[in-house]
This record gives sequence, structure tokens and C-alpha cells, in this order.
Amino acid sequence: MKKSLSKTVQELQPSGIREFFDLVLGMKDVISLGVGEPDFTTPWVIREAGIYALEQGFTSYTSNKGLYKLRLGISRYLNSRFNLKYNPEEEILITTGVSEAMDLALRAVVNPGDEVIIPLPCYVAYGPLTILAGGLPRYIKTQLRQGFKLKPEDLERAITKRTKAVILNYPGNPTGVSYTNKELADFKRIILKHKILCITDEIYGDLSYDFAHIPFASLSGAGQFSLYLNGFSKAYAMTGWRIGYACGCKDVISAMTKIHQYTMLCAPIMSQLAAYEALVSGKKAMDEMKREYQRRREYVYEELKRIGFEMVKPQGAFYFFISTKNTGLAGLNFARKLLKEQNVAVVPGDAFGSDYKDFVRLSYCADLDKLKEAIARIEKFLRRKQ
Amino acid sequence: MDEILEVLEKDARISPQELARLLRRQPEQVKKAVKGFEKQGIIVGYKTIINRELLQDNNNFVSALIEVRVTPQKDVGFDKIAERIYSFPEVKSCYLLSGTYDLLILIEGRSIHTVSDFVAEKLASLEHVRRTTTHFLLKRYKEDGVILKRKRENKRIAISY
Ligand SMILES: Cc1ncc(COP(=O)(O)O)c(C=O)c1O
Repeated sequence: MKKSLSKTVQELQPSGIREFFDLVLGMKDVISLGVGEPDFTTPWVIREAGIYALEQGFTSYTSNKGLYKLRLGISRYLNSRFNLKYNPEEEILITTGVSEAMDLALRAVVNPGDEVIIPLPCYVAYGPLTILAGGLPRYIKTQLRQGFKLKPEDLERAITKRTKAVILNYPGNPTGVSYTNKELADFKRIILKHKILCITDEIYGDLSYDFAHIPFASLSGAGQFSLYLNGFSKAYAMTGWRIGYACGCKDVISAMTKIHQYTMLCAPIMSQLAAYEALVSGKKAMDEMKREYQRRREYVYEELKRIGFEMVKPQGAFYFFISTKNTGLAGLNFARKLLKEQNVAVVPGDAFGSDYKDFVRLSYCADLDKLKEAIARIEKFLRRKQ
Repeated sequence: MDEILEVLEKDARISPQELARLLRRQPEQVKKAVKGFEKQGIIVGYKTIINRELLQDNNNFVSALIEVRVTPQKDVGFDKIAERIYSFPEVKSCYLLSGTYDLLILIEGRSIHTVSDFVAEKLASLEHVRRTTTHFLLKRYKEDGVILKRKRENKRIAISY
């Protein structure tokens, strides 16, 4: 059978982490700080709109681009919040999550052998999606001591004649690190100079705690070189609904729509209607969740610091990417032992780049009682080890 | 609303130290703020929400909502008569409403009889009370913002990217 599989797929990241994931999934009563999604259920106003959509018989396809009213809602939201201007007719595409949007984006712009710059550590999908699109990921490592921030000079150094695009994810998974206006301006200078596309995954944009989130596309002159990706999964706790969107120049969006019409046809209509409701009346619930994440972040940060972990204080999202070096254990071992001995799950750092073997990602998508208990268990685990 | 109140309203057990950490303030500052809220009567108490439906001795417990029509008094309006009513320990809540009646009170007792005795002997006989309508409470679904049905644990997968 193996011979009949595509080479590309066979060569995709053989993940050592998979085994660990299976281990976690096989265990009971785990306190999991290993999730990449909100612990909240989708706010009731939004769920109610989804239910109502079903009741009313909204069970059909929509236009390939997605419901016009949702595109219009997104266009207005981006305009009022960031002064970003996209025409809902031809510059916005509704996708099944940012996952699909990223896939479409890469397939729409990458020619065989083109390079895509990806700062590490990063969300797991970027490398494989680049490869599946026929491109070559060109990774740039960032270090804990530089706050896991991409340095403009490193970006410039990584650009070659074959560079097609760079992927920026901020606030980022797994680090929670984000970029300020000034930092983005430095990237812009380089991106405009080399005329490459900046694909930004801003799915955590509404979960930025220390400074206002700024879309790269909103920088003056950047519009033409940017593709803005966002979705409802994280900020509105809507991971299961599968709604994301891409905004950019007409030609890129129309190329993406071409692929989307064959592979996905459209995003689920009831989810699109629920997402529309999220834009119309989900803000209050979203702000409440955001404040809750922010409080947890303060709490967990102080606790982890007290225990002695080295880390960067995240500026957004809901993750901590912490160094396990001081514990004498590599990330995977740390995660395995912590799971076995104390029933607490975290994700080994290798998942986000092979150079991050001495890290684990810990998400604070759990209520305060659970977080307290998990931290107490981590402490117990470390004390026993000594 | 101060974020201290937002947190305490959800979980009154939280300590000032923890509260301070969550909000990135000084514990002393938080303690002082809480004291201030208590003094001003903004925080009026800390209590536990109990789901009586699940108690063994729930048979000895009934609640009723009673609509009360009263004659307002000169100068003091409804306040005086409300005070006479809400001072009874059986009265758990008491509100002045607009509409077809004036006061809505929630009362609790050991049986239908204790409740009806209270209405007949204490409430209806009060001067200025013109009329009462008693509604016995059959089932509680949500109490002070808390849904009483036990939530099924959300089956989020334990680990994901
Ligand atoms: C950075 C990042 N991008 C994209 C996704 C996937 O989002 P969606 O649910 O919109 O497909 C995730 C989910 O974990 C993520 O962390």
C-alpha cells in the first residue's frame, strides 16, 4: 500500500508528538493545559442564531464566496475597528476556518520551488501546507532571549529570489507574542522593498492584552502586499463551527475562490449565519472572555515565574511557551512524566519547531480552579523529581 | 463596574491575594477596595447558591411568589409598607414593580401550609395590603445567573494544536 501513497504526503513531518497525543487521549481525568481552543462554549446568542438558522431551514449551499451579509459584516467590522477597507464583493472570501484560508492562500500564490518564510516556533500547519502547495518552507528561528520576536534583519537575510511570501502569526501560537506598530513598520519596509506577500494569521487579534492589535494590512502602503486572515474560532469560542475569512487584493482572493469552489464549495451556511450573529451581537460576550483570559494570564505568569520557569510574558492569545531547561528535562520528557505522574497534559515544544525540544506549551484555556490545581501538581512533580 | 466586582460576583471565595494577582494590583489595594465596596453597601454579602432540588429534605421546602397590591401611604409611598413586609424572615426577596400590582415577594417555608398561614395571618391582614395573589413555585431552572441543571462535561479533546 505504501508505494501507492504520494511521496509528498509520505514525507510530511513524521510527528514524534503523535504518540504523546495518543497517550493523552487514552488517559482519564487529565487536567489538560494542552488544548488549542477556548474552554468556553460558544456564547448563547450565537448558538441561538445557529439553531434558528436550522429551524428556518437554512441547510443549503451558499455562494462560493460566502453569504454576502457576512462578507459585508466583516467588511464593516474591519473598517470600523482598524480602518481597513475591503470590498465585500471581491476582496473577502469566507472559508472553513483560517486553516482552509491558509491552505488556499499558499496554493494560490506558490509555484513549485517557491520559498515561504516561516518564523519559528509556529503553528503546526504552516510548514506542511507550504509543502503541499509545492513550496519550500524557509524557517527562521526566534529565541527566548529575543522574546521570540522575528528580527527585521533576520527576515531580510532569509529573502531570496525565490521568496514568494512570509507568514506572520500574531498574537502567536505557541508563544502569545505579538508585534507593535513600530515593529510591523520595520517588516513592511522590507516586504515592500522585496515585493513579497505578507500572509498574516491574525486569528488571535481580538485577544491582545497589552497593546492594541494592528493588522499588517492597515499600515500605509501595505495593503497591496498583504493577505489578512482571521476567523471566529478563538475570540468567539467557535472552533467547531469552522468559519474563517481571507481579505486581500482582488486577484489573490479570486484565485483562492477558484480553488475553494472546487475543494470546499462553500462554508456551512448555518455556521455562516451564526458567525454573522457573532459580529452583530457577540462583542459583549467576547470582551468578557477576553477579560477572563487576561486575568488567567496574570495569574499563571506569576505562578510559573515563582516556580522558576523561564518564559516570555505573552501579549495575547492563550498560551505560555515555557523553557523546561531548568528542570533538567527535555520538553517531551517533561510532558510525558508530568502526564504519567500528575495527570496534567501540556504540549511538547517540538510540535512547533524541531529546535524547541526544551520547551512546552501550556494553554490557559481552563478555569481558574483547574489552573490552580494544575500548577500545584506541576510543583509537586518538580519537587518529587529532586 | 470595577473588575473586582466582576470576579467576586462569579466566585466570592477568591482571596484578596489571588484577586490582586489576577488583576495585577497590590493585595493591600484590593483589600481596601473590597472594604470600600462593603462599606458603601455595594457588596452586601457573600453566600453560597444551593440547588435545593437535589437535597434529601427538599420535601420540607416550598417557595412562593406573591403579588401584593397595597395602598400607598402619604409621604412614604410604598417604602413603609414594604419594610413591614420584608422584615419577616420568611420573605427572601421583595421588589417594587410597575404594572398591575405593587410588590412582588418571594417567600420560603416548610410546607404549603406554613406559606398559606403566613399569607393569611401575617400578610393579608396587614393594614394597607389590599390584595394578594400567591403562586407556588414548581421548579427552579436558573438561580442568580446559575443554571441549575448539572452541565454535562464538555467533551473537548484533551490535547490539540
Ligand atoms: C495560529 C492559528 N491559526 C489557525 C488555527 C486554526 O484556526 P481555524 O479554527 O480557524 O481553522 C489555529 C488553531 O489552533 C491557530 O492557532
